[in-house]
Amino acid sequence: MAFEYAPAPESRSIVDIKPSYGLFIDGEFVDGRGTSFKTINPATEETLAEVAEASEADVDLAVKAARRAFRGWSRMSGKERAKYLFRIARILQERGRELAVLESIDNGKPIKESRDVDVPIVAAHFFYYAGWADKLDYAGLGPNPQPLGVAGQVIPWNFPLLMLAWKIAPALACGNTVVLKPAETTPLTALLFAEICQQADLPPGVVNIVTGAGSTGQAVVGHPDVDKVAFTGSTDVGKAIARAVAGTDKKVTLELGGKAANIVFDDAPIDQAVEGIVGGIFFNQGHVCCAGSRLLVQESVADEVLSRLKRRMGTLRVGDPLDKNTDIGAINSAEQLARIRELSDIGESEGAERWAPPCDLPSSGFWFPPTIFTGVTQAHRIAREEVFGPVLSVLTFRTPAEAVEKANNTPYGLSAGVWTEKGSRILHMASQLRAGVVWANTFNKFDPASPFGGYKESGYGREGGRQGLAAYLKGADL
Amino acid sequence: MARIDVRKTYKLYIGGAFPRSESGHSYEVTDSKGKFVANAALASRKDVRDAVVAARKAAAGWAGRTAYNRGQILYRIAEVMEDRRPQFEEAVRQSEGVTAAVARGQVDAAVDRLVWYAGWADKLAQVIGNANPVAGPFFNHTAPEPTGVVGVLAPQESSLLGLVSVVAPVVVTGNVAVVVSSYERPLPAVTFSEVLATSDVPGGVVNILTGDAATLGPWLAAHMDVNAIDLGGVAGDTELATSLEVAAADNLKRVRRAPAAEPDWAAEPDLSAMTAFVEAKTVWHPIGI
Repeated sequence: MAFEYAPAPESRSIVDIKPSYGLFIDGEFVDGRGTSFKTINPATEETLAEVAEASEADVDLAVKAARRAFRGWSRMSGKERAKYLFRIARILQERGRELAVLESIDNGKPIKESRDVDVPIVAAHFFYYAGWADKLDYAGLGPNPQPLGVAGQVIPWNFPLLMLAWKIAPALACGNTVVLKPAETTPLTALLFAEICQQADLPPGVVNIVTGAGSTGQAVVGHPDVDKVAFTGSTDVGKAIARAVAGTDKKVTLELGGKAANIVFDDAPIDQAVEGIVGGIFFNQGHVCCAGSRLLVQESVADEVLSRLKRRMGTLRVGDPLDKNTDIGAINSAEQLARIRELSDIGESEGAERWAPPCDLPSSGFWFPPTIFTGVTQAHRIAREEVFGPVLSVLTFRTPAEAVEKANNTPYGLSAGVWTEKGSRILHMASQLRAGVVWANTFNKFDPASPFGGYKESGYGREGGRQGLAAYLKGADL
Repeated sequence: MARIDVRKTYKLYIGGAFPRSESGHSYEVTDSKGKFVANAALASRKDVRDAVVAARKAAAGWAGRTAYNRGQILYRIAEVMEDRRPQFEEAVRQSEGVTAAVARGQVDAAVDRLVWYAGWADKLAQVIGNANPVAGPFFNHTAPEPTGVVGVLAPQESSLLGLVSVVAPVVVTGNVAVVVSSYERPLPAVTFSEVLATSDVPGGVVNILTGDAATLGPWLAAHMDVNAIDLGGVAGDTELATSLEVAAADNLKRVRRAPAAEPDWAAEPDLSAMTAFVEAKTVWHPIGI
């Protein structure tokens, strides 16, 4: 049975969205030389603000500002750089609620996630890397580690502020300066972060934010005076970037797509596993590169897992992202919704069985109910392609070897999950799975101390942890 | 009457066997003064593909060996090479046109390099892996794993020391290799493959093709079952290196870029030749009662 909940909306009065935003270059907000675009609330389709679209000339100004700032920033003692990062971490905590509400409005994610997951990890990430700034000699990445220079960073719309933190915190700690392009549909928290940089008195030009779409991103990546490219997004764009930087000295890290297997063995604690499956695929509307989008369940418990999963899915609450009881918020954009619908329709036409709980969806905005497909084979497109939405493909297996084979049967290799009571089996499976992160009896856990990144076509390089420093220092790999 | 010597046929090394090129082609190898020495097999696109298949087949077994065992086998390669020093000295002298003393120095350094890398087998994970103190009830650790099948365009000038310096780091970390030797100086590589074949290195772990990096490189760089590529063999050829890097992007191969010129192979290596071809895996293991 489903409980009736009264609406419990978080107040949006805490945020002050301006009618229009410029670019953040050299410590100040400036008008772009290009056109502008609208950013909307995906839950209501209301326009939130007009945002400048940075042209190639704007990007050039930002890179020049970053280059000028690099001299001072890289020569500043690590001890002093650290204090700026600690300041930023503290302001992020102080303004945490404001950031969470703004993130939910611009992105569509439930407030309980932006408030309890995104923003706390963002602050923790700055706190973690702040401490590294004056300890780089101890990172085991070679003697006298040196920053690369100007980092060009392009981030996606699924975790706008979190991806910003993953990019900016290690870059600054290592003494680099940055030009960051937030995603076209979610620019607002990056612009609020720019204000935070001002409040922290961060030297001008150390952080530059250029808003825009794909062409702005290309200008950042392709700029000849950018020494480092860090990208999180689709595998197709990642490949294009790898081609674009070929023959240059630019150091590159790519955090790309995934099609993670979440493997449930017959000895797993089923209720706990069901929670993990739900969190694995429906967290953040499934807009997660490491989402557990392929459930591999051992045949002997498949019926039981599925019936409990369906029951649990029936209690998920889809709706207003600002409602504190909401489990699944809005799909980020009309374009993404169309993609999810298209792949789901293909799943059905290829013969898989589609199921979603009865679910009242709001009349405006972009919504998609939590959905599972059963009777899925490895050849089905919904088992091979990244849906990036709340859509789970269910496959079964009999032996651990079959589970490994199916789990690894993908060009991706970002993450995987293993559910079993047997510790030795966890470690065996972890060693066999070709994925950068393996979660045992949990899923979608993130921590600044824990490196994150992919094998194969999920990209290269790591973010987070000691390994995350290597992406922003000369010479070092891991 | 003087005895007529029995000459060796120089062949490819694929999957632990010594086939000729499937193309039937060979090319003349001369010494540094241009005098004919031998015909080497001219590897083709098909040989590259066969070598990748052999490498992939060997990958899981080699990665699954204990680090201790891999270290032992690398050390064994050094032992067998040491045993054949005069032969390698002659091959290097002939190929590179250096004095006997210089050639001896190259061979000594190559053997020593193998010993150096052998010792890394069970230490690299301790140096570049670590436990991560996450804010939750998990044992979280990160350790390197092999990337998989690595294409290696071996150096053109340093026919033995350069070769050993790029092959040893790839395999000691648990990867398997498809190597394209120096084109003009391939014979030490062929003799090296005979050492591999008698050093307990499982067939397919190292495959050595003699031929032209400019011809074979594009097939290797574009091969969708190759996980990474070392472009050192096209050092100095920016245009070719760039096109290979572009081809490698098709499946996001890890690329060790070509330097502007061949490095000084006598210098003590750092970890970069190993870390270029490992993946950091992070495992979250729950803690509870």
